[in-house]
Amino acid sequence: MKRFLLACVIGFCCWGGMAVANEAVPTENDPVAQKRAMELAAKLRCLVCQNQSIAESDAELAVDLRQQVREQIAAGKSDRQIISFMTERYGDFVLYEPPMKLTTLLLWVGPLLLLVAGMMAMIFLLRGRNQAAEAAPLTEAERARAAALLEGRELPDRKGK
Amino acid sequence: MIPEIGQFALILALLLLAVQGTLPLVGASKGISAWMALSRRTAQGAFFFLALAFGCLVYSFIVNDFSVLNVANNSNTKLPLIYRISASWGSHEGSILVWVFMLGLWSCAVSIFSKHLPEEMVARVLGVMGLVSVGLLLFLLLTSNPFDRIFPVPAEGRDLNPLLQDPGMILHPPMLYMGYVGFSVAFAFAIAALLGGRLDATWARWSRPWTTLAWCFLTVGILIGSWWAYYELGWGGWWFWDPVENASLMPWLVGTALIHSLAVTEKRGTFKVWTVLLAICTFSLSLLGTFLVRSGVLTSVHAFATDPKRGMFILTFLAVVIGGSLALFAFRAPKVGTAGTFKILSRESALFANNVLLIVACGTVLLGTLYPLFLDALNLGKISVGPPYFEAVFVPLMVPMIFLMGVSAVTRWKEATLPDLWTRLRWAAVVTLIVAIVLPFILGRTSPKSVALLGLGFGMAFWIITSALAGFFDRAKYVEGSFGAKLTRQPRSFWGMFVAHIGVAVFIIGVTAVKGFEAERDVRMAPGDTVSVGGYTFRFEGTANRDGPNYHATRGTFELSKDGKTIRKLYPEKRMYFAHGMPMTEAAIDSGVFGDRYVSLGEPINDDKQSWSVRVYHKPFVTWIWAGCILMTLGGLLAMFDRRYRVSTRRDTGKPSLPSSDSVKLENA
Repeated sequence: MKRFLLACVIGFCCWGGMAVANEAVPTENDPVAQKRAMELAAKLRCLVCQNQSIAESDAELAVDLRQQVREQIAAGKSDRQIISFMTERYGDFVLYEPPMKLTTLLLWVGPLLLLVAGMMAMIFLLRGRNQAAEAAPLTEAERARAAALLEGRELPDRKGK
Repeated sequence: MIPEIGQFALILALLLLAVQGTLPLVGASKGISAWMALSRRTAQGAFFFLALAFGCLVYSFIVNDFSVLNVANNSNTKLPLIYRISASWGSHEGSILVWVFMLGLWSCAVSIFSKHLPEEMVARVLGVMGLVSVGLLLFLLLTSNPFDRIFPVPAEGRDLNPLLQDPGMILHPPMLYMGYVGFSVAFAFAIAALLGGRLDATWARWSRPWTTLAWCFLTVGILIGSWWAYYELGWGGWWFWDPVENASLMPWLVGTALIHSLAVTEKRGTFKVWTVLLAICTFSLSLLGTFLVRSGVLTSVHAFATDPKRGMFILTFLAVVIGGSLALFAFRAPKVGTAGTFKILSRESALFANNVLLIVACGTVLLGTLYPLFLDALNLGKISVGPPYFEAVFVPLMVPMIFLMGVSAVTRWKEATLPDLWTRLRWAAVVTLIVAIVLPFILGRTSPKSVALLGLGFGMAFWIITSALAGFFDRAKYVEGSFGAKLTRQPRSFWGMFVAHIGVAVFIIGVTAVKGFEAERDVRMAPGDTVSVGGYTFRFEGTANRDGPNYHATRGTFELSKDGKTIRKLYPEKRMYFAHGMPMTEAAIDSGVFGDRYVSLGEPINDDKQSWSVRVYHKPFVTWIWAGCILMTLGGLLAMFDRRYRVSTRRDTGKPSLPSSDSVKLENA
């Protein structure tokens, strides 16, 4: 905790120092940590907004939570730890990537099931129709019409195509 | 007085639509031509009254008639005229009226441009559209009357939602609805074909231009919505996988499958049953989209449960339309039978596979959109399903789809062989592979993740471009003469496909470049500070007050420069609308072909230097995302105006004629 406070103090001093310079003060000085923070923020829902992540929103809560994420990154926590901290506090609702559990099983497996079912139905249909087509010989009337067409006694009718 | 005229016009329209939805259908099945002939007149009459009602609503908004509840809730005397007009479709009631009005417009268009169709077909198509209109108009009159009055009359209205006070939002809803509603024509043709038992290539040719047009409208509608979100929401995203967006994406995906399946049905006479099913699904998803957005079920399942009148009505309507049409389908479709043979390796199979992939993609979006609602309704917990989920499940489906898209453009109909395919596609494959492997490194990326992302994205885009070119050169072989002749003597439908597919490639390039190269800074700036992103420098010069007609605005001034040279000034705004008290962000964008420079004001920071939190972005190639959508739309329009739809008038009269030179070429190709 002491180290965390120290880090905050140092961070705050750096901020102050940067503000004097003409370059704008980034909300985070370390570009790698900043990128991580933004990626994490994009996965977390701003709970008071209408479907916005905390990376997108300017609501107070979103700004607070962004700050939380940055502080925890500065304190050396891993992405996983930060995410579990957020879910402990706000529940699964805060995660845009729902966790894999019994109630979300169908959500995660569903697309694969759909794909397999779709592919199987397709193969089944294509094979079925090919067999049906091969098995059905021309009727006598069709034969006669084909002969007529070949001999040029009748103009081809596009509709029959 | 005017609102009452509108109300009365709606009731008259309902009566006419009730006739349109019954007598012509009965007439068609019993062969009573006088009853069938009613369809055109009633459709045109109903459209007149719907247009009159819509005009009355617009008028009420223009003159600020706050005795109309709808106007009082969604307008204000300070609201500029153009937004008073667009407010007529900004509210729930108004948007449903626009829905019905557009359904009338499409019906009217069908009644005019159907001279060459058999009387029975017209009667059935317009009859089905009449029935759908009756359902929606009842919904409007019974649960969402746009002309309800209030007393005492308020002195001032509540104003339009500030998010909607924007040029993009004037156009977005009408375009989107034209798309949604336009699919009702495809639906009506499908149902008419099922009813009449006449399901053949001619039917596909009739309904194809209508379906393509609806698809074009939907594409433009989604495009404008995405563009609006990009500049209006203040953080530069272009797609959020929000349920409201998903509601429009689902009919688009299935509609895309439908226009391809219709192509096969028209050209090869196969996939008839499948095409009918897709037409039913596309329109059902349009209705589902309307239900999701309009019932309030998305904001909260519980809000829906406490005031279920509207939601229950649409849900019932949905059940009747979908259930009824699927029952008819189950009852009638098997009688149609299969025709036309093709081998596993053929253009038919490739298109069919892509159809299946599009359906699976749509099913995935549906699952992700509805899943949290179901969990919540069953009290199994609240979860959020957002971009990480959809990206994880959508991209793997896109990859084979894009691959097949390239393949199907050059594969022979009926039967293809692998060596032949390889001959046609080898250059495309080689170029694609080289681009996919080399380009990420040329662009200076080394981390495995971003190399993979860029390689995949640019690879897919180049695969589409090169295989489309391969398809063109393949066809060009059959045209004699100069290169100019080879270009001009391809049918418009070919160029339609070509342009639309290139549009998909352009879209993918945009998405990939933005994902791979966008840069953003989230900073606090005092006047005089600078911030650099993507090689561009933004210098904050301070803020000033600049009030609009119905809002206070703080306007920031930024100087955009590159390598010390000033490019232009940018003026992002933070607005506070009088009536709503909701802060709105107006981003300022310097837009270019190769990228956008984007700045938006966050919140003022309480210090003595008048600092603001500011977001700046560099978004390379972001405009390509929308340019791609525009190309897709242009492709659709080109295909729609193909020669054969105009000469079809002569052909459909029943006289046999020689196949056109286009189709001969197609079969050779």
